[in-house]
Parts: sequence; C-alpha cells; structure tokens
Amino acid sequence: MAGLDLLSDQGYRVDGRRAGELRKIQARMGVFAQADGSAYIEQGNTKALAVVYGPHEIRGSRARALPDRALVNCQYSSATFSTGERKRRPHGDRKSCEMGLQLRQTFEAAILTQLHPRSQIDIYVQVLQADGGTYAACVNAATLAVLDAGIPMRDFVCACSAGFVDGTALADLSHVEEAAGGPQLALALLPASGQIALLEMDARLHEDHLERVLEAAARAARDVHTLLDHVVRQHVCEASLLLGD
Amino acid sequence: MAAPAFEPGRQSDLLVKLNRLLERCLRNSKCIDTESLCVVAGEKVWQIRVDLHLLNHDGNIIDAASIAAIVALCHFRRPDVSVQGDEVTLYTPEERDPVPLSIHHMPICVSFAFFQQGTYLLVDPNEREERVMDGLLVIAMNKHREICTIQSSGGIMLLKDQVLRCSKIAGVKVAEITELIQKALENDQKVRKEGGKFGFAESIANQRITAFKMEKAPVDTSDVGEKAEEIIAEAEPPSEVSVSNPVLWTPGTAQIGEGIENSWGDLEDSEKEDEDEGGSDEAIILDNVKMDTGVDISNIGSQDAPIVLSDSEEEEMIILEPDKSPKKIRTQTIGVKQEKAASKKPMKKRKKKRAVN
Repeated sequence: MAGLDLLSDQGYRVDGRRAGELRKIQARMGVFAQADGSAYIEQGNTKALAVVYGPHEIRGSRARALPDRALVNCQYSSATFSTGERKRRPHGDRKSCEMGLQLRQTFEAAILTQLHPRSQIDIYVQVLQADGGTYAACVNAATLAVLDAGIPMRDFVCACSAGFVDGTALADLSHVEEAAGGPQLALALLPASGQIALLEMDARLHEDHLERVLEAAARAARDVHTLLDHVVRQHVCEASLLLGD
Repeated sequence: MAAPAFEPGRQSDLLVKLNRLLERCLRNSKCIDTESLCVVAGEKVWQIRVDLHLLNHDGNIIDAASIAAIVALCHFRRPDVSVQGDEVTLYTPEERDPVPLSIHHMPICVSFAFFQQGTYLLVDPNEREERVMDGLLVIAMNKHREICTIQSSGGIMLLKDQVLRCSKIAGVKVAEITELIQKALENDQKVRKEGGKFGFAESIANQRITAFKMEKAPVDTSDVGEKAEEIIAEAEPPSEVSVSNPVLWTPGTAQIGEGIENSWGDLEDSEKEDEDEGGSDEAIILDNVKMDTGVDISNIGSQDAPIVLSDSEEEEMIILEPDKSPKKIRTQTIGVKQEKAASKKPMKKRKKKRAVN
C-alpha cells in the first residue's frame, strides 16, 4: 500500500510497537456459569470468547463414537459485527469450517483424549472483534477454556501470528499489517517441548526467510504462554480463596 | 466418482480443506495479475473460475489438484477486448486471437506424510500410505523458491527443523514439476500451431496419464520348501479339541459345542446381560416344554437326548403354564425377535424369584 510504512526507519510499526513486541493481552477464565469451561481473551483489539462443554456423551449419531478416545468437536464463528464491514454469514461458510477443522486438529493433538473414551468434548469459539491474529486469539482462548473445564492436556497450546516486512520478522500482526498483503504465518505451539501443533502460512515468502519467521512466531508464542500461565494461576488463587481452602 | 469412499453431494471435511488450500495457494499468493483482468475501472471486470473434477483417487489429490489448476490457468485464453472511451468491444476468437492470462508465478503444492510421530517422512503419499499416515504437511512453492502456502494437518507434532527440511525437498520437487509443465505447455502450443491432434482423448491413448498398471513385486521363493519344513518342525502339535455331544433342539436343529466367545466388541452391558439370560432361558423353556412339567435342571442332565448347555448359575425353576407351551414351540422356529419376546417373560419371572430369595 502506498504511503503506509509497516515498519518505519526507526523500527516502529504502525501502532508504535517494535518488531517482536506483542499486543497487550488480557484474559479471564470462568466467565459463564452454564458451560463446563469458558474464557475470554483480548489481544490488542481482537476479542475472542471460547466455551467448552464436556467430556459428555456423544450427541447425535452414536456411530461416531471412538472406542478408545474422546471426540473433539470445534465450531468457529465470527460475529457479524466483528469486522469493519458487516459479515453476512457468521458460521457455515467455508472459512469458518476451515478454522473449525484447524482448531479441532490442534486440540485433538493436545488434549489427552485417551482418558475419555466414547465421549465428546465441544469447543465453541466466537470472535467478537477481529483486528488481526484471530486464529491465535481463538486458540489461546480455547486453551484457557479447556483448562477451566478441567480437561487434562499435554501442555498449554499457545498461538501467535507472524509476518515478514523489509527483512524483519514481525510478531502478532494487526489487521492493517495483514491486509497489506505480506506473508502471514500462524503458529500453534506446545511451549515446553517446542512441538508445533499447527502451522499455516499465506502469501509469498522466500524459503531463506522461513526460519527467521518461524523463530519469531515461536518466541512470541512462548511469551503468550508466560502470560496465560500467570492468568491461570491467578484464577486458581481467586477460586480457592472463594472456596475457603 | 473418484473413490469408493466418496459420497456424492456431501461437503465433507476433505472438500473444505482442499478448497481452502487451493484458494489460499492461488488467490492469496497473487499468482495471477488480477489488475489486468479489469476492463472498465469500477464497472466491468473479467471473472475467472476454476472447476476441478477428481476422476481417480490414488492418493495425494492436493498436489494433483494444484498442478491441474495452475496449468489450466496457464493454458487458458480469454477473448480479447478493446476499450475506446466509453465503448467496449469484445472480439470473438475468430476475429482476434484470444489472449492468455498474465501469470506471475506458478505455485505448486508438495505433500509430506508423517508416520510414527515424525520418525518417517514420505513425499507424495499414495492412497494406501495416506490411510495410515499420522499427519500431512503441504508446502506450496514456486520455482523461485518462494513459499506460497504451508499447511500442517492431521494433528501431528512437528519440529522446526522438520519443517525446514521439508521446504528444501519441496524446492527440488517443484523445480522438476515446473520444467515438466513448461515442456507440456510448449508441446501443446506447437501441436496446435501445426494443426495436429491435441486434447484429453489423445493423452489417454498414449497410455501416459491415466493407465492403471500394477507393477509386479518380485518375491524370493527359492528356499520356501526348507523354511516351511523348519516352521512345521518347530511348531507344537495342535491341542486336543474336546468334542461335546450334539444337542438336539428340535427335529432338524442340532448344536455341537458352544462356539467361541462373541468378539463383536463392547456391546452395552445391559444388552449383553439380556442376551445371556435370553439364551439360557430358551434352553430351559424347551426342556420344560418337552417334559411338559416344571422340572429341575439337574434331573434333565440324566437324560441322554437333550443336554442343557446352559452356563446360567441360577437354580431356580421356571414354571410355565401348560397351555402356553405349544405357542412357545412355534415362536422359536419363526424368528429371532419373537424368541426374544418370549424369553423376556420368563426373565421377568426369574427376577421376581431373586427378590424373594
């Protein structure tokens, strides 16, 4: 885009951040009483809500039950008011289906599904405001919600997006940076082992720069992990205070 | 049409994934110059649509689909158009030669299948390998070694160096495939100019694209005889099988032994219980019918002809009304459902007896 420097000469981005800096993250767990687990996360202006039901009996066709594992079912929906222009179809369109599939794949790998055979775990994610990095916010919110529901997982699943402009890798892209059309990478990571649960990249990036961008995304995901860990501990402290332990 | 597992008319997960991957690979990578498709700014524009039909699925449809899509776009010619002020003139293919699309680069997908938690990596998996793989990594690159899309799917855990290694392999493969495509396109252009035959039917006849040949795998049969004898010598002789006396249920129906245990997987516990009780009840009913009185099970054992093979540990008696017995015989020969219905009644009686005790 003419006239819009994603990275200024002094190394500042459009919103004043440095190249590897994340946006401000605020998260809360246990926002709904009805659901088994719920969480709300704000990454900059991106707001996402995640709700988890389960593990419970398989609804619908019993034939889908897996004899040795739990079935993970994810639905992604982005509100009609979440983007600048009103979105016509909040869910059911192909992009939402794809996001749902990717979330499902991510969490099937992270949740210890062997502990709950023949049952189902539902994860619903709703994006209230989309300002870039929606996949990452959804994964982070869903992780917190699954933890809130008490479902055992191998590790936190932390996600972050990354881009590449002018030879520098940027972490946690905002909508302006995404719309500029440069390469964008979304990475979901299990921080302790460094294993990648999901890797997705769009637009052209030369192979030589791939490593740098992957590294930037991994580092950002680890930073997100520190934050989420702090949120979980705080929530547990509050909850135990209320329970009087 | 492509494979027996695909149902018509259902938008399955695979379809969504494939569609989105190709969309991202072709649209987001800006391989086509969309600005050149504009006819009148703000009013008229060319719309390009790619329809893919999968004819035969032998694994790795993603790669095949991406190659087909990009080659089709390269091969496509659109009608020529000239704009003079406000007037737009569309020329038919006879008036002016159609114009090709302006394509910046050719992104081609390469798939990698992972097995055993990332220990093994296979490029371009075929159908059998796809069925047993843990997960898939798709990298779309062009010949300038620019990565257009990366997509990991299937829930595998990757490590960063695995991804980097895959991208290097993909670079090599993409270079080969791009050369192949260029040659094919040039060939086609040459043939069209010379007026020769071209098209889909031609390529089938050449047996180069859609022929199905299974290569014979060589098997070493030199020392089969010796190996077989070794195995037989080391093997234990089969254990003695005790043959039980045949049990005559009704004239024309007999049972020898009890058969092996039902291995159809975990049925609901209550269902299994029902069946067991139903089965053993049937034996008791029949014997009572034959004797025509309510008889203790131990008495029956002394008789030769009907032997009760019942693993029921109940020693209660089941007394049936004599007038009901003829009906019971008939239901047993009619159908399974009715048998079960008949057996439910004595089951209820049995439960009452348990309560009493």
